[in-house]
Amino acid sequence: MRAPDDTTIKAGQTLLSVEDVSLSFGGVKAIRGVSFDIKKGEIRAIIGPNGAGKTSMLNVINGFYHPQEGQITFKGVKRRKMRPHDAATGGIARTFQNVALFRSMTTLDNIMAGRTLKMHSNFFWQLWRYGPAEREEIEHRHKVEEIIDFLEIEHIRRVPVGRLPYGLQKRVELGRALAMEPELLLLDEPMAGMNLEEKEDMCRYIIDVNNHFGTTIALIEHDMGVVMDLANRVVVLDYGQKIADGTPDEVKANQAVIDAYLGVAH
Amino acid sequence: MAQNAIDKSVDTFPKFLLVNARIRGDRPAIREKDLGIWQTWTWAQVKEEVNALALGLKELGVERGDKVAIVGSNKPRLYWAMCATQSIGGIPVPVYQDAVADEMSYVLQHAGAKIAVVENQEQVDKVLSISDQLPSITHLIYDEPRGLRDYDHTRLKWINEVQDIGRKAMETKYSGDAWEKMIAEGKGADIAVILYTSGTTGKPKGVMLTYDSVVISSQNANAFDNLTEKEEVIAYLPMAWVGDHIFSYAQSYVAGYTVNCPESPETIIEDRREIGTSYAFAPPRVYENLLTLTMVRMEDAGRVKHAMFHYFLKHARKWGEKILNKEPVPVMARLMYWLGEILVYGPMKNRYGFTRVRVAYTAGEAIGPEIFRYYRSLGVNLKQLYGQTEASVYITAQPDGEIYADTVGKPSPDVEIKIEDNGEVLFRSPGVFAGYYKEPEKTAEAKTPDGWVKSGDAGFFDPKTGHLKIIDRAKDVGHLNDGTLFAPKYIENKLKFYPNIKEAVALGDKRDYVTVMLNIDLVSVGSWAERNNVIYGSYQELAAHPRVYQMLSEHVDEVNRSLSEEGPMAGAQIKRFLILHKELDADDGELTRTQKVRRGFIAERYGPLAKGLYEGAKEVDITTDLTFEDGRKGTISARVKIEDMKTHAPSAPMDKAA
Repeated sequence: MRAPDDTTIKAGQTLLSVEDVSLSFGGVKAIRGVSFDIKKGEIRAIIGPNGAGKTSMLNVINGFYHPQEGQITFKGVKRRKMRPHDAATGGIARTFQNVALFRSMTTLDNIMAGRTLKMHSNFFWQLWRYGPAEREEIEHRHKVEEIIDFLEIEHIRRVPVGRLPYGLQKRVELGRALAMEPELLLLDEPMAGMNLEEKEDMCRYIIDVNNHFGTTIALIEHDMGVVMDLANRVVVLDYGQKIADGTPDEVKANQAVIDAYLGVAH
Repeated sequence: MAQNAIDKSVDTFPKFLLVNARIRGDRPAIREKDLGIWQTWTWAQVKEEVNALALGLKELGVERGDKVAIVGSNKPRLYWAMCATQSIGGIPVPVYQDAVADEMSYVLQHAGAKIAVVENQEQVDKVLSISDQLPSITHLIYDEPRGLRDYDHTRLKWINEVQDIGRKAMETKYSGDAWEKMIAEGKGADIAVILYTSGTTGKPKGVMLTYDSVVISSQNANAFDNLTEKEEVIAYLPMAWVGDHIFSYAQSYVAGYTVNCPESPETIIEDRREIGTSYAFAPPRVYENLLTLTMVRMEDAGRVKHAMFHYFLKHARKWGEKILNKEPVPVMARLMYWLGEILVYGPMKNRYGFTRVRVAYTAGEAIGPEIFRYYRSLGVNLKQLYGQTEASVYITAQPDGEIYADTVGKPSPDVEIKIEDNGEVLFRSPGVFAGYYKEPEKTAEAKTPDGWVKSGDAGFFDPKTGHLKIIDRAKDVGHLNDGTLFAPKYIENKLKFYPNIKEAVALGDKRDYVTVMLNIDLVSVGSWAERNNVIYGSYQELAAHPRVYQMLSEHVDEVNRSLSEEGPMAGAQIKRFLILHKELDADDGELTRTQKVRRGFIAERYGPLAKGLYEGAKEVDITTDLTFEDGRKGTISARVKIEDMKTHAPSAPMDKAA
């Protein structure tokens, strides 16, 4: 890992900052000169109407897209290009807008998969599940069981994920992201397509993750009620540009935001 | 066991704990599945844990006679809190953990609880939200610390901290056998526990039970079924319910057997299977659900398995009960049953976690005869019992070998029973309650000076078997306008025995004819819908589907036919029915916390529907308030269809009751 010592960044200090980032696909400008920061320990929401560039922004942060301009500083290290693998080892985990799990594997195995990066015993031992590999697996399994307990999904531990209802799949996906013990957790519409009860559960878990593990969270969400309740700070994108940044109350009162959501001729 | 029973000086549960720690200190007392692994505490360890917790509570100010509320699902620490409270002379008051804040507020206020020991953040939030109404509460103790780190901890304590306080006190203030001396001060005549009954009407009442009552009832029950320290039970029913208190606490302490706490409410079936309980207790609902689940799964099974299952099930229906009752059975039938045991019954019982079950009870409600026979035919010794909080559970139970689907058994040891002229069952026993807490008038209403308790249930002794039969709540038995006997529960139960029907509410008292409101079972009907390409988006939509109506009208017709064959009940056939647009829910007050329908409340709440049923309307519009799980309110509206039914001519040659 290239990152400097984790302990250098304390709660409230900047964990990640995006400076003047632009991203385009051919002639389409998805993101235009956006800058904002994410402070350690906070819940940061990225909102905006459809096509505002929210998911692109998330993809830039976790290294899936490479911005043409601007730079990203994560834990004090500046970079232009990064591969998703580097993001993962650096402590960034994410969930996806449409569930991306191993459908025929059980909940347990899916979450176990999230531990892969933390496994250090070599292929030989793992092949025979012997010696260090066995010890390691027990350790990881313990960690995974803690996550299962945390997310209250004991009852589906051995159920193939493909058989689960959508709300639970989302929870398993969150579990897999948590298994990486990330420093920064990116959630892409964690509550999309959920019913009220599932949404409330998910909110509870997000708050608990933030409280309990001290994980910094950046989330994209459409449900404004949810965003206003959850987030410490909100950044608003529209047509690839940042139009507002601040506390939920500030953002709610911002004329540009109201225009963007209600629709004004551009 | 016998050893304990003889020793009359052992008359409280803390004393039993000391005995158990001494004579079977290494045997498992309680287990909990945590992080996927069963954790075990031996009796000696439990004694140490309870000791620390008890002194911790003492340090927090619990005095003799103080009430300690216990709120949560079945967790070892909550059971320990119960014993810890008793050991220092306090009185535990378990509270239903799914009670909404208002209900909980009433109980905590009424009991005047000084300390509440709760399971988790959910319960802490609930108690804090009503804390301004609860001046008596000085401390709130929680078991599961998750999410509570940032709370104000002046009155809030983690149970482990309380134990640490206790351990510290053990070294200084209460060194040596100080705690044992406190235990010795407890007497059998003291109040052991106050259990609030959920009550079908009115406010819950606090039933006070003495140690003597609970201990004697437990000893009798253990002797009745030869329960030893080797039994394994799973604790999953609400701790505030007398059944759980007796089975998972009292009888365990008296016999020294092991109680297993499941990982979460959703994993019970799996957990039960892993433990292989030897002594089981469940309301009929649980057995129904297991059976429904099995049948639904079997519908999806392959042809061979499907055929095999049904073939051996038929064989079991014919011979299984006889084999279980040790009646003579032909060799070939035995051989086939043995084969079935290997291929079907054994694996099924393993699924249910009944492989090692010696005795299983069902109580609380009538069980469908089909369901009852199903389990017995598989070789599960399922029996019925009749009990009440006011009796420390046991009033009647079926002895081995005398099992009938429609009776609740013979009087339990030391219990006397008599039937009043109006059919009400009265009982008297050493297990009878001391009184309702702070409500002497209500106590006097329920209990005569010479110790007879009015059960509130109507029943009679079956002349053939000598067993008691319960037909309904005494006050619910009514009459139609033409004088025909109307026992609503009797009709509802007949309907509920169909897997497609989850709840039924029968109306008819002081009316011209009988009508019912039904709830479909979403699992069962949902699976049917899937197989028959019926598309639906919600309970409401499925409930209103014409084909669902058609299916249920067939069920109602069969019930009418069976009623027509039962002499006095023939006049009470169902003339009209409807399927409710929402599921009945305890959060809306439509069911009690033990999931019994509150008929009067429902008739009032769905007034327009009830009116429609009796005014010949074909369709009725209705808007209903409902409470979401988090306590917020909402409304749903629907147009509910009403279906007319034909009635059958009474076929029994007996009297026409009217």
